[in-house]
Amino acid sequence: MSVLELRGVSKTYGQGPAEVHALAGLSLSVAAGEMVAVMGPSGSGKSTLLTIAGSLEEPTSGEVLVGGAALSGMSRNGKARLRRRVIGYVFQDFNLLPGLTAAENVALPLELDGVAVGKARAAGLAALDGLGLAGRASRFPDELSGGERQRVAIARALVGARQLLLADEPSGALDSVNAEDVVRLLHEACQRGVAAVVVTHNAQLAAWAGRVVFLRDGQVTGQTTPPTGPESLLAGPGQGR
Amino acid sequence: MSVPHALLALLSEGPKYGLQLREEFEARTGEVWPLNVGQVYKTLQRLERDGLAESDGIADDGPQKRFRITASGAAELAVWLRTPPDLTSPPRDELVMKVLVAVRVPGTDVHEVIQAHRLYLVELMQQWTRLKDGEARGDLGLALVVDAELFRLDAVTRWLDAADARLSRAAAEPPRPAPAAVPQLRRAGVRR
Repeated sequence: MSVLELRGVSKTYGQGPAEVHALAGLSLSVAAGEMVAVMGPSGSGKSTLLTIAGSLEEPTSGEVLVGGAALSGMSRNGKARLRRRVIGYVFQDFNLLPGLTAAENVALPLELDGVAVGKARAAGLAALDGLGLAGRASRFPDELSGGERQRVAIARALVGARQLLLADEPSGALDSVNAEDVVRLLHEACQRGVAAVVVTHNAQLAAWAGRVVFLRDGQVTGQTTPPTGPESLLAGPGQGR
Repeated sequence: MSVPHALLALLSEGPKYGLQLREEFEARTGEVWPLNVGQVYKTLQRLERDGLAESDGIADDGPQKRFRITASGAAELAVWLRTPPDLTSPPRDELVMKVLVAVRVPGTDVHEVIQAHRLYLVELMQQWTRLKDGEARGDLGLALVVDAELFRLDAVTRWLDAADARLSRAAAEPPRPAPAAVPQLRRAGVRR
C-alpha cells in the first residue's frame, strides 16, 4: 500500500494576473520502503509538494492520502497528530532547538505527543545510538558539527514509528562526505520500511533514490525507470547503456 | 561532432547551397570546427544516397546545387538530438553541440531535449550509486573510481540545469544586440 498518495493535486497562489500555479494536477504515489527523489528547477513546485504532502498546506484541488487516510477529511487535531506520529521532516538548516541537547531535541516530538518524559528520552537515545551518535547525546546543537546536527535532525524525524520521511535539500549545507553519510541514513531508513520523499537539486543525492521524479511548472515531466544492476557498468566501455 | 547531423540541422531551416552550409556550419559552431568544401559535398552526397537529403538536381555536384532535408532526414535528426552520447568517453562537447543545435532546429523544444539527457544521466548515476552502496563499500579503489564517475556525471547534469535556466531566462527577455567586441574576440580565439 502507498504510504503517500497525491491524486491530481493542484495548488494555486494569488489571484488574477498574480495567479501562480505551483502544482498543476500532480499525481505521485510512494510505497513503504521506497525512496523517491524529486528534482526540478527553482519554482517548479518541489517545496509546495513537500508542504502539501506533510499536511502543512492544503491543496487547491486534488486529494492527498497518508497511510491510506485522506487529509481532506481530517480535523486540525488529526493532522497535528499525524505530523507528530507518522510524518518526519528533515530540513536543509537542521531546525534543531538551540536550548535543548541532542537527546532532548530527538525526544521532543514524542513528549509533545504525550509520551512520558523518561520513556521519550530513552527512545531518543536509542534513535541517536542507531545513527552512531550516542556519544553526542548530551551536547547542544552549537557543540556539534554540521554533519552531526543533520544526523540528529534525522534521528528526530525517525523517532517513534514514523512511516513517512519528507526531506527538503537535506544535504544542502554539508560537504560531500557528510552529505553522503546523511543520505546513507535516509536510504537505510527506507530499507527498514520507511517511505521517503527527498527534494533536491543535487543529482548525487537523488541517485540514491529508487526513483527520481522530475518536476517543471508544477507537473511531472519524467521519471527514471527502476535502475538495473551495476554489473553493466563494469562490463567495459560502451556496455553501460 | 557529427558533421552529417549538423548539416541536417542547418537544412532543417530551409533549402541551402553547399558553400552556404559550410559557412553557416563554421559560424554556428563558433569556428571551432573548420570544415573543408570537399568534406561538405562528400557528406551531402552520402545524405542524398541515404535518402536523408535531396537536391533540386539542376546541376551536377557544385555550388549551384541546392539541398533540402527529407522527412527521413528530419526524423533521423530528431532521433540523433535525443540519443544520449557515449558517456564512457569524454562526452561534454557532443552534449553541448546537441543543445546548441536543438536551440536552432525549428519546432524543437530545447527543454525537452535537455530533459531527455538529464534523465539518462541521472539513471546512469543511480547505477553507479548502487555500485557505491554494494561492491565499492569494501573496496576503496573502486569507491574512488565510482566517486570520480559520479562527480563527472554530476557536473554534466549541473551544466544542463544551468543551460535550461539560461535558455528560459533568454526566452523571457527581449533580444539584445551583441556587443561589438564579442565577434572580434571569438575570431581572435579561433585563429590560434
